[in-house]
Amino acid sequence: MITHLLSAADLDRATATLVLDTATEMATVAGREVKKLPTLRGRTVVNLFYEDSTRTRTSFEVAAKRLSADVINFSAKGSSVSKGESLKDTALTLQAMGADAVVIRHSASGAPHRLARWVDGSVVNAGDGTHEHPTQALLDAYTMRSRLGTLEGLRVAIVGDVLHSRVARSNVLLLATLGAKVTLVSPPTLLPVGVGCWPCAVGYDLDAVLADVDVVMMLRVQRERMNDSYFPSAREYARRYGLDVARAGRLPEHAIVMHPGPMNRGMEIAPEVADSARATIVEQVANGVSVRMAVLYLLLGGKS
Amino acid sequence: MSSFVLTGARILGTEKTDIVITDGVVTEVAPGADAPGATRIDADGLVALPGLVDLHTHLREPGREDAETVESGSRAAALGGYTAVCAMANTDPVADTAGVVEQVYRLGRDAGLVHVQPIGAVTVGLAGERLAELGAMADSAAAVRIFSDDGNCVSDPRLMRRALEYVKAFDGVIAQHAEEPRLTAGAQLHEGEWSARLGLTGWPAVAEEAIIARDVLLAEHVGARLHICHVSTAGSVEILRWAKARGIRVTAEVTPHHLLLTDALAESYDPVFKVNPPLRTDADVAALRAALAEGVVDVVATDHAPHTVEDKECEWPYARPGMLGLQTALPVVLDTMFEPGSAGAVDLAPGRLDWDGLAERMSRRPARIAGLAEHGRDPAPGAPANLTLVDPAARVTVEPGELASGSRNTPYSGRTLPGRVVATFLAGTPTVLDGKAQQ
Repeated sequence: MITHLLSAADLDRATATLVLDTATEMATVAGREVKKLPTLRGRTVVNLFYEDSTRTRTSFEVAAKRLSADVINFSAKGSSVSKGESLKDTALTLQAMGADAVVIRHSASGAPHRLARWVDGSVVNAGDGTHEHPTQALLDAYTMRSRLGTLEGLRVAIVGDVLHSRVARSNVLLLATLGAKVTLVSPPTLLPVGVGCWPCAVGYDLDAVLADVDVVMMLRVQRERMNDSYFPSAREYARRYGLDVARAGRLPEHAIVMHPGPMNRGMEIAPEVADSARATIVEQVANGVSVRMAVLYLLLGGKS
Repeated sequence: MSSFVLTGARILGTEKTDIVITDGVVTEVAPGADAPGATRIDADGLVALPGLVDLHTHLREPGREDAETVESGSRAAALGGYTAVCAMANTDPVADTAGVVEQVYRLGRDAGLVHVQPIGAVTVGLAGERLAELGAMADSAAAVRIFSDDGNCVSDPRLMRRALEYVKAFDGVIAQHAEEPRLTAGAQLHEGEWSARLGLTGWPAVAEEAIIARDVLLAEHVGARLHICHVSTAGSVEILRWAKARGIRVTAEVTPHHLLLTDALAESYDPVFKVNPPLRTDADVAALRAALAEGVVDVVATDHAPHTVEDKECEWPYARPGMLGLQTALPVVLDTMFEPGSAGAVDLAPGRLDWDGLAERMSRRPARIAGLAEHGRDPAPGAPANLTLVDPAARVTVEPGELASGSRNTPYSGRTLPGRVVATFLAGTPTVLDGKAQQ
């Protein structure tokens, strides 16, 4: 197993599959009366969150606690960080306190990579800037496998703001490793220059791909993009790239609809679609705990 | 009276001879030349070059003496073989008045290790809104001739036109940091494969090229001198080629790091590789090397940019751009551009330089652009004794802790590079002997 999980590219096919298989085992814990394993008793997991993210932080916290780890939530707000402490000094502090794993969310791309140079424990990237969010990709892959049985040959469309999306980056890398075929669909302004080096196809027309996919994953459009000329208006975006009822109706019968949340209902996804049986949005949240348990278990469980 | 005899030196690599320096001037160059009472320095096998001249150095004083002082930067420059450096204006306070440029000039003179020639800001506070008192800086004791808002681009085309026109009155030159700011908002890395992979906002090549294209046309329109700082893209080279063919009075510089390093190094997210303009692609590096050899890009300039550990040991987007350059420039140019054993230009492979070509691009042309008449002159009788002795056979591994700069942000840590500066003379006084600074 790897030492850190910084990027979905850190996972080869065997390791990624091991994480997903382990998550399947972990999922059974959630169904028990006592939702707890003793595996990480005596280990300390620090949630180091420089950005607010109740959803992801709570998911990691629940995952660590279900494995009996001691969890410390370290928020940048109101801490020494807000007084100007550098990431390196914070890392050395955590090191001195004996953190076995640091789960980091940071607005700067690459911050987890830097942290990994300064601490001895495992570092898990819980989202860095516009770079990656590998456990989100793992939970997405887990959800696809649970619903559709396999990832090999699966046709996945990822739709929306790819340029600023750490979810899209991690999904493209992980799904390619696991044998799925990804197509990014986006306005050209929201695709990075250089996307041609990614292991996926690229298109601008959502309607052209809908009939031929097993999974359509809608990305969140952030409010500030709507005022920065990436596209003319929210209405035009919704018309060209929103998954409305009519578009959802053109999906193959078995196809599922995913969203990393939180959603802009009525913008990138219609409420009726988000609440339909195709949608896996709530499952994704539940699966997130199982996958994060698997990651922490595999990173820390084997160490003395 | 002080005198030195450098025995067995090879002038520009071709002639083995003895060089006599008396009272700051080269007085004799001939085998067996001597002077009574002179200090003899064994220069056997060493190459004598005109002292190197850097058009683009950040000395940080006044304001950020924790990163570099005029004295520490001067020492690094002397150890790198330089006898003159042009100090950029983005200090704190900004060098936008006669008072500040004279302060920098005096600090350089007091340090006595290299000639420190201040560059004046084009606009007040580098704000890009109104012209600084360019004439007062030109008339000051510092006699400023190069003006630059480096760090910022003079992006307003009307203001750029005025600046180009105005400095014609005293044969000044505007050195432009070519970066269209609206195209580089938030930029962190060359826009391309690696910015896409790493999730870092891209700095597109066109942001540099668009400004260069605009400014060469402005320079042509008003008949003024323009200098382009740290050219970094293959497209910029093509625009410069076109402009020079048209007879436009434009010169350009390339940094050593843009001749060697690429954006792929950002994969580590180590901000030591963060610089502005950013490291580009292999194709850009190849185009820059070819352009430097061809003369489309005129000179090598270091863009020596010292930063404290705190400003670099952090997350990539928060790190300040820039890297050290003075002590590694010559070795990097030798590594990337030099063809050992070449006897003259006719024998040179395309894209390569011999000692004469190297002296032209690191000493003579930069001295001409800066108007430094005492520098950039080959060791010949009557020339001021500003010269550098280089051991071309040496290979040195870069150890950041051994650099003389006040900062440690070198991208070459642990890298072994060819060439070693053995001695540097400033106006006949050794500032470096046996590879060690003399003050």
